[in-house]
Amino acid sequence: MGLVNIKIDGQAYQVESGLTILEAARKCGFNIPSLCAFNNGKCSRASCRVCLVEVKGARGLVASCVYPVAEGMEITISSQKASDARRASVELILSNHHKNCLQCEKNGHCELLEVSKMVGARDHMYEGEQTPSTIDELAPGLIRDTSKCILCGRCIERCKEAQGISILGFENRGFKTIVSPVGNRSFANSPCMQCGQCVNVCPTGALMEHSEIDKVDEAFRQGKKVIVQTAPAVRAAIAEEFGERIGTPGTGKMVAALHRLGFYRVFDTNFAADLTIMEEAHELLVRIKEGGVLPQITSCSPGWINYMEYFYPEIIPHVSTCKSPHMMMGAIIKSYFAKSHELDPKDIFVVSIMPCTAKKYERQRKEMPNDVDAVLTTRELAKLIKRSGINWTRLPEEEFDNDLLGEYSGAGVIFGVTGGVMEAALRTAYFWMTGKEYGKVNFEAVRGQEGIKEATVDVEGTKVKVAVCSGMRNAKVLLEQIKEGKSPYAFIEIMGCPGGCINGGGQPFVKPMFLPNEDDNILDTYREKRASILYSEDERQVIRQSHNNKDIQKLYKDFLGEPGSEIAEELLHTSYDAHREKFPNK
Amino acid sequence: MAKLQAEAIKQITEIVERYKNEETPMMMILSDVQNEYGYIPLEVQELISSLTGIPVSEIYGVVTFYSFFSLTPKGKYVIGVCLGTACYVKGSQLVIDKFSDLLKIKPGETSEDGLFTLDALRCVGACAIAPAVSINGKVYPMVQVGQVESIINEYRAKEAL
Amino acid sequence: MVKIKTSEELIARSEKEHACLDKKFHCEPGKKAIVVCGGTGCLSSNSKELLHRLQELIKEKGLEDKVTANIVGCFGFCSQGPFVKIFPEETLYTKVKVSDAEEIIEKDIIGGEIVERLLFVDPQTKERAQRQHDINFYKLQKRDIALKGNAEINPEDIDEALGAGAFLALNKALHMSQQEVINEVLKSGLRGRGGAGFPTGRKWQFAYDVQSDEKYVVCNGDEGDPGAFMDRSIIEGNPINVIEGMMIEGYAIGAKNGYFYIRAEYPIAVQRLRNAIKQCEEMGLLGKNILGTDFEFHCHIRLGAGAFVCGEETALLNSIEGQRGMPRPRPPFPAVKGLWGKPSVINNVETLANVPFILLHGADAYAAIGTEKSKGTKVFALGGKVNNVGLVEVPMGITLRQLIYDIGGGIPNGKKFKAIQTGGPSGGCLTEKDLDTPIDYDNLIAAGSMMGSGGAIVMDEDNCMVDVAKFYMTFICDESCGKCSPCRIGTKRCLEILDKITNGKGTMEDLEELKNLANVIKSNSLCGLGQTAPNPILSTMNSFYDEYVAHIVDKKCPAHVCKSLMQYRILEDKCVGCGMCARNCPASAIEKTDIVPAGKAPNLPLRVHKINAEKCVKCGLCQSNCRFGAVIKD
Repeated sequence: MGLVNIKIDGQAYQVESGLTILEAARKCGFNIPSLCAFNNGKCSRASCRVCLVEVKGARGLVASCVYPVAEGMEITISSQKASDARRASVELILSNHHKNCLQCEKNGHCELLEVSKMVGARDHMYEGEQTPSTIDELAPGLIRDTSKCILCGRCIERCKEAQGISILGFENRGFKTIVSPVGNRSFANSPCMQCGQCVNVCPTGALMEHSEIDKVDEAFRQGKKVIVQTAPAVRAAIAEEFGERIGTPGTGKMVAALHRLGFYRVFDTNFAADLTIMEEAHELLVRIKEGGVLPQITSCSPGWINYMEYFYPEIIPHVSTCKSPHMMMGAIIKSYFAKSHELDPKDIFVVSIMPCTAKKYERQRKEMPNDVDAVLTTRELAKLIKRSGINWTRLPEEEFDNDLLGEYSGAGVIFGVTGGVMEAALRTAYFWMTGKEYGKVNFEAVRGQEGIKEATVDVEGTKVKVAVCSGMRNAKVLLEQIKEGKSPYAFIEIMGCPGGCINGGGQPFVKPMFLPNEDDNILDTYREKRASILYSEDERQVIRQSHNNKDIQKLYKDFLGEPGSEIAEELLHTSYDAHREKFPNK
Repeated sequence: MAKLQAEAIKQITEIVERYKNEETPMMMILSDVQNEYGYIPLEVQELISSLTGIPVSEIYGVVTFYSFFSLTPKGKYVIGVCLGTACYVKGSQLVIDKFSDLLKIKPGETSEDGLFTLDALRCVGACAIAPAVSINGKVYPMVQVGQVESIINEYRAKEAL
Repeated sequence: MVKIKTSEELIARSEKEHACLDKKFHCEPGKKAIVVCGGTGCLSSNSKELLHRLQELIKEKGLEDKVTANIVGCFGFCSQGPFVKIFPEETLYTKVKVSDAEEIIEKDIIGGEIVERLLFVDPQTKERAQRQHDINFYKLQKRDIALKGNAEINPEDIDEALGAGAFLALNKALHMSQQEVINEVLKSGLRGRGGAGFPTGRKWQFAYDVQSDEKYVVCNGDEGDPGAFMDRSIIEGNPINVIEGMMIEGYAIGAKNGYFYIRAEYPIAVQRLRNAIKQCEEMGLLGKNILGTDFEFHCHIRLGAGAFVCGEETALLNSIEGQRGMPRPRPPFPAVKGLWGKPSVINNVETLANVPFILLHGADAYAAIGTEKSKGTKVFALGGKVNNVGLVEVPMGITLRQLIYDIGGGIPNGKKFKAIQTGGPSGGCLTEKDLDTPIDYDNLIAAGSMMGSGGAIVMDEDNCMVDVAKFYMTFICDESCGKCSPCRIGTKRCLEILDKITNGKGTMEDLEELKNLANVIKSNSLCGLGQTAPNPILSTMNSFYDEYVAHIVDKKCPAHVCKSLMQYRILEDKCVGCGMCARNCPASAIEKTDIVPAGKAPNLPLRVHKINAEKCVKCGLCQSNCRFGAVIKD
């Protein structure tokens, strides 16, 4: 693309042609406030009218998020007219917004509040009646509060482009318009997979995770042995919550903080990831050997499982029966660990820190109601740490508790990124099939942020085709293949969120507005930055394969027997609902 | 979807089939369903969604955007009172208020017996005969407040037969 | 149906049909032809039944050889309908009822006498007018461009349209290059009749210049302005004229497919258009190799579903695409990326109806009509407080005074003219001082209103201008799509303030805020609907500021419209004590006093009545029921 000469507030700049004014201005060092645009300043809606600027020769003010730059264009951001217009748009939005900012969960991450500050919104302007609102707290994973919604449409777009299921849509017209699942029903009564991608893009407090902090507080109050486990992806992002740059590992400080918060044990879900690989790779080998249903599909992502039950129940025979790692961990803590420490499982309260909102739903599934007692997102953990007054920067680096369930392999760490489960499974399956370790350890072909990846693994002459995908829009392609009987794969990894858990719906918000020290393409790079934390942790581990984890070996020797044993089946495997109703309570 | 009668499923499938060669047939499908089925409940939208691949939320968004589409059954007689400018300046607000009063329903609602739905219309283009009232397509010209009761009675009498 | 395959065949057929049509209007000696108005207004006054009755009588009385009876489009003078016109005398009967059919047949058709009582009586001169062109309403009009054929040809019969010259303009266009056709339209000075007045030729040029495998033409028939029905009548009266205009446009820009987007509220227009398209297809006038050329064109109909905003062209495109009718941001402009992402031109019905005239008679002939910057004619739907209500087509440049007083016949009941609202919810009010302004796009904008699609609502002293502003704001607030925040929230806030003011709770600060809000909505909104939404407020505030102040400071509604600020009162000296008001009061708010009415004997039971203000619901029934003028508004 060529360059064009433009002027912003009288200063001359050269920018790439094809950019919107908003993007170009950002590259020239100007932050034009905007709300509905979120993909680095490209917007298809231009509906918030907050990014208005003057362009010489144009009729009236223009929305900088859709207006492309052109040779010789003269843009004015700071004129009285443009500033007043932007302020008025924000003030109008505020007049139909529930402004309980002090109590709002989104405070500190609210783009509307930030934009209000930027434009200098005045108090009590244009006050009047507010659109009738709904608060949906029925769903375990998500909360929707339309009194905070500004109808920017980001969530609608995200649900459609990431998951292809369009749970959220606009409803009604004019001042009565709301964003909601069909018929303004609860997420719980619609085929929502509760992945939380919508929460990640919501500029205000209209969409949030359903917090379970009070459940944890209550457990402490009751004097329970509160055991915490953290998913691999959490360490890849938690530091962001404390002002560190994206890509800063937070493992040691996070563990230190958890110790200070008074948890009885601080475990790493990675241990259970290794356990999952033992069970899942075993299941795969059995299917291959005994001519079972192939391809086998991973089951670690509860968002994906929800989607599958709603939209592809006929795929159930393909889905691994393994519980997801944190649920396995809960089951093992309340059996093996409890037994070893002579604890009554009823006195144990297992908290999972997850990058995920769907895990909140998963822990309440009727198939496994007692494994995990509360799920907190990465963001909720940060809140817990901040609440306790712990100063993140002063924290030392500490290690997870090494108590029966302490050791983990590099294979477990990479579960947090798309392709990780596949790679971990391949390392172990390769060993079991050939009797020796895969020399290069890494399976590079399944790494990377593409939506669908495929690879052929050469297992001593036997070619095994595998595929990896994330986001249901991509999964649909592979699932349709299976439905048509044309799937060439033996094993497929499916993750609910695009990019895997590092980009889960419970992860810290990535909003350029609040990240002045990040590059201006951060929305394109943050996933790789988080993923690289996990890959380098894998590299640093001495043990890189799940089957080589000493604690896992001990667990099988002392308690479970073999992968796929009766007790393993009972504790570590589950079943799925082939008749889940899409719109219950119609 | 099980709640839909087999006949309704057939009827709606047939409507969708009518427009299978159209690039974006949603408005036509919904118009036909509204006309032939009387309203477009969620169950029907689900069926249309599964037949067309368009998400239910989008269909629902369209249905609630256009005032011609309705989620609930309309009354046997749909009384539309024009509130266009020409009718308004000639007193159509009083006419609709009177209908509202006598039928004990607000504009947009359907009477309990399912007989009447009262709609406020946005100019039926019959400005020259303002205020205009249309009942199931029949237009009543220059309706005065005093006539409202007899118009309602005309339909009540029809029902009594 | 005999197909018309070539240009020569068209000309021959056209001549043949013209002769037939000519015969109908200039009947052979001893023969007559009856036409009955088939516009929506007249149909709702039973003109169809009237036609059937006439046909029945013709049959009964064995007059089939002597007279024919047919339906035609709209006569436009809707307040006088239904119309019956008799050829060759061109006698025009007005307000004809089904029961009048017998007399028309007996007296006029058989007896050769005119039925005097059914002739139009001029409200001012009290004179009867026998023929259409004797009526003042028609005298200043020029009903042969956009309304061509209306009230002459049967809109459901393509032969009559051919007889009136249909497709001759297309035939001419097909012998020109695409650019030549565009040049002709550019030269004619035709501007969009939908409201904004963008030069039509330039729109076509943009789309012509874009390279694309597929282009579309779209006809915007989503006439949503409350108080406007031009497009409906044009389609109902001569659908083929619009189809021809669309085809010429399609040829000019290189489109094969055209879409009509019509309000679902117009069932007759839709049915006639559908019928016309079918007839054109059967004749080979739509389809492939039109008139023996390579030109291919297909027409499609899409129905609106009750959303005013779909008159905005990008919202209309979304609606055709099966989406919520929410406007798209621009750029990209529809001429570059429109329907299904392809270059598209959207033109209003009336605009397209002008095109055949331009091609057939030449740009110069067209440009000879009108003012310097606004050429041709404009159709207005004249309504409200004016004697002659109806559809008029006038040359650009006539004055509002001519429109209201000469054509419209002035204000009824001797009331005083207050304002004329043009441009619908996007327009404004023009007052006494603007009456001598020649009507054209630029003058109306300069005067604080706009041409709009052609609604022209006359208001008299009984209309409250704050209430009028509130009416339009209520409309816009209901019809705002809800996409952009200034329109969605801003119009609601404006309405809340107007509500306050009309309820006597407004303050002068509210007035300031209202003005400020109106300007914000104007400058910040996404689409034309929002950007023009505050015009009714701004224009009434500009011309009738005192009325706003009266509501706020004096707590009075000078026109006695705003219910909270007015009350009904019975004049003691005029009340005769008949009790008519009390009997008809729906709220039982009228009570007897002890006062004996002036000039009545005390022993009679007649007593002066009084309205109990607390119970009164201000419906006005007492006033309309009082034959003595004793009930007044305060």
